[in-house]
Amino acid sequence: MSPDTPDANSPSSAQPASAQSEPVLELRRVNTHYGAVHILKDVDLAIYSGELVCLLGGNASGKSTTLKTLLGMLKPTSGEVVLDGEVVNDQPTSYRVARGVTMVPENRRLFKRLTVRENLELGAFLRTDADGIAADMERVFELFPRVKERLNQKSGTLSGGEQQMVAIGRALMANPRVLLMDEPSMGLAPALVQQNFELIQQIHQAGLTVFMVEQNANMALSIADRGWVLQTGRVVLDDTAENLRTHPDLQASYLGTAEQH
Amino acid sequence: MQLTTKQRTRVDWFLTFLRIAALALIGAGLLAFIAQAIDANNPFARWANPDALSLTGKQFRDLVVAGLAQGAMYGLIALGYSMVYGVLGFINFAHGEVFMIGAVTGAVTSSKLAEAGAWESNFVLCLLLVVFLSMVVCTVTAVIMERVAYRPLRGKPRLIPLITSIGVSFFLQNFILVLLGPGTKSYAKMPDWLTEKRTFLEIQGTRILVLAVAAVAMVGLWYLVERTKTGKAMRAVAEDAEIASLMGIDVNRIIVKTFAVGGAMAGVAGILWGLLFNSVLHTAGFLPGIKAFSAAVVGGIGNIGGSMAGGLTIGVAESLGPLMILEPLGVSGPSQLRDAVAFAVLIIVLLVRPSGIFGERLPSEERT
Repeated sequence: MSPDTPDANSPSSAQPASAQSEPVLELRRVNTHYGAVHILKDVDLAIYSGELVCLLGGNASGKSTTLKTLLGMLKPTSGEVVLDGEVVNDQPTSYRVARGVTMVPENRRLFKRLTVRENLELGAFLRTDADGIAADMERVFELFPRVKERLNQKSGTLSGGEQQMVAIGRALMANPRVLLMDEPSMGLAPALVQQNFELIQQIHQAGLTVFMVEQNANMALSIADRGWVLQTGRVVLDDTAENLRTHPDLQASYLGTAEQH
Repeated sequence: MQLTTKQRTRVDWFLTFLRIAALALIGAGLLAFIAQAIDANNPFARWANPDALSLTGKQFRDLVVAGLAQGAMYGLIALGYSMVYGVLGFINFAHGEVFMIGAVTGAVTSSKLAEAGAWESNFVLCLLLVVFLSMVVCTVTAVIMERVAYRPLRGKPRLIPLITSIGVSFFLQNFILVLLGPGTKSYAKMPDWLTEKRTFLEIQGTRILVLAVAAVAMVGLWYLVERTKTGKAMRAVAEDAEIASLMGIDVNRIIVKTFAVGGAMAGVAGILWGLLFNSVLHTAGFLPGIKAFSAAVVGGIGNIGGSMAGGLTIGVAESLGPLMILEPLGVSGPSQLRDAVAFAVLIIVLLVRPSGIFGERLPSEERT
């Protein structure tokens, strides 16, 4: 429907400023099905090291499916998922986590019956370097002093904002290079949304590559370098954040609905 | 789920009536029992049951200890139901059969050891060996069961593995029947120093041993689940398998370990059965299995401490209930009704507190 749909065979139209020869994480012409339902249709996207990029789209556009495909929680029916130049279609989630890809899930999804400390420790489940884990735990406390105060509390008893901190902390405990974020603003009070996006920027500036999936397009584009717009499983726009913000199609078809939230 | 006041329907009123009736029955029974204990000839006691005999303090104490010992055994079996329910969300009805296999393993190995002459001379070491073998056999049984019968059904509607587990249960029963025949499998005779009454409370030594073994097994399990990395992973999988896999946890491996741990506990319980009753049949797993399942539900399914509490509750209730509540009410032959009492406990707990004693309502709606 959009005249701006990029030709799937050509490289991305918007190359990042920090473009290197090879993306960290990449989807190549990926198709994904849930049973008979075709969700992702020939999706191409590439995330380069050090970027802060976003994937926008309304409900049921395939955003979460994209993340699950990147992490191996869902297998694509065709196409390739590429991590550091290696096709990882058949590798389990743990393989990708061990190689530095982690996600902060939608609605945080903490282990509510476990303590905050246990949640953080589970984030580092695949790591064996006790010193590194302890150092990262300290880093999380520096970032979120509140988390340290709540360490021995069941995580289900925390407030929404605190849970968000633990969720991000838990992801950081895996010592990731690429952080995927599923709807970071979902279910948070407006004041917290702002704070949350500042936090994402902060984490990004600390050297992490961030790929976030958002419905709140204005907010996401205000901090992202570039982005994609997904519509019913197809990438319809692929451009720099600046261009996307002013793009007439985005304004008309997407932002209009997103702002009703 | 809404907590706002709901219109009470006729069913609600009926349930309330049932709750009150059940509690009133227990209350009346207990009152009659107390009245009898005070004076066997007082009019209230005579009215309730003219022939009732009151319990002496010693009888009462023996019944409590017997109930606790058997309840501890139920509790150990209940753990297997509860933990598997925790990670997979279905009831493995074949778990009672795993327990039976443990008891049978104990009978076979103990009589072999007795033949070799080691049983009497070196009882403690032999018992440890028997417990260990039973745990190994039960663990292997449970793991094979998961691999062959349940893993292929992962992701199917819950009813399907549930029905499969009933099939597995029949299979295991008949497997033992074919393997060892229909006769009673007896344990080697327990040494006299074990069966005699001990301590100032004059408790039978076997029961002390049963309670001690159950306590050690519980502490071991508690340590595994609460203090080790595997246990943390188990709890994570039980709460949210998808996010657990996102942490890099191999969910399949954790499920296998859960079955293995449940099997090992059933193995210990099997030997406790042998210590208490000295013999075992291929059908011995059914009733204790169902009672242990009841214990898991009474304690709050998915909750480890709850399983033990539920087991002890049911054990003591079925031991004391017939003589303390049913007999004073004039029921004849109350001791034959112990199974009915055990399941009545389940029904009453479900009526009064559907999530079990330690059960929590999980925010399962939040999971998508």
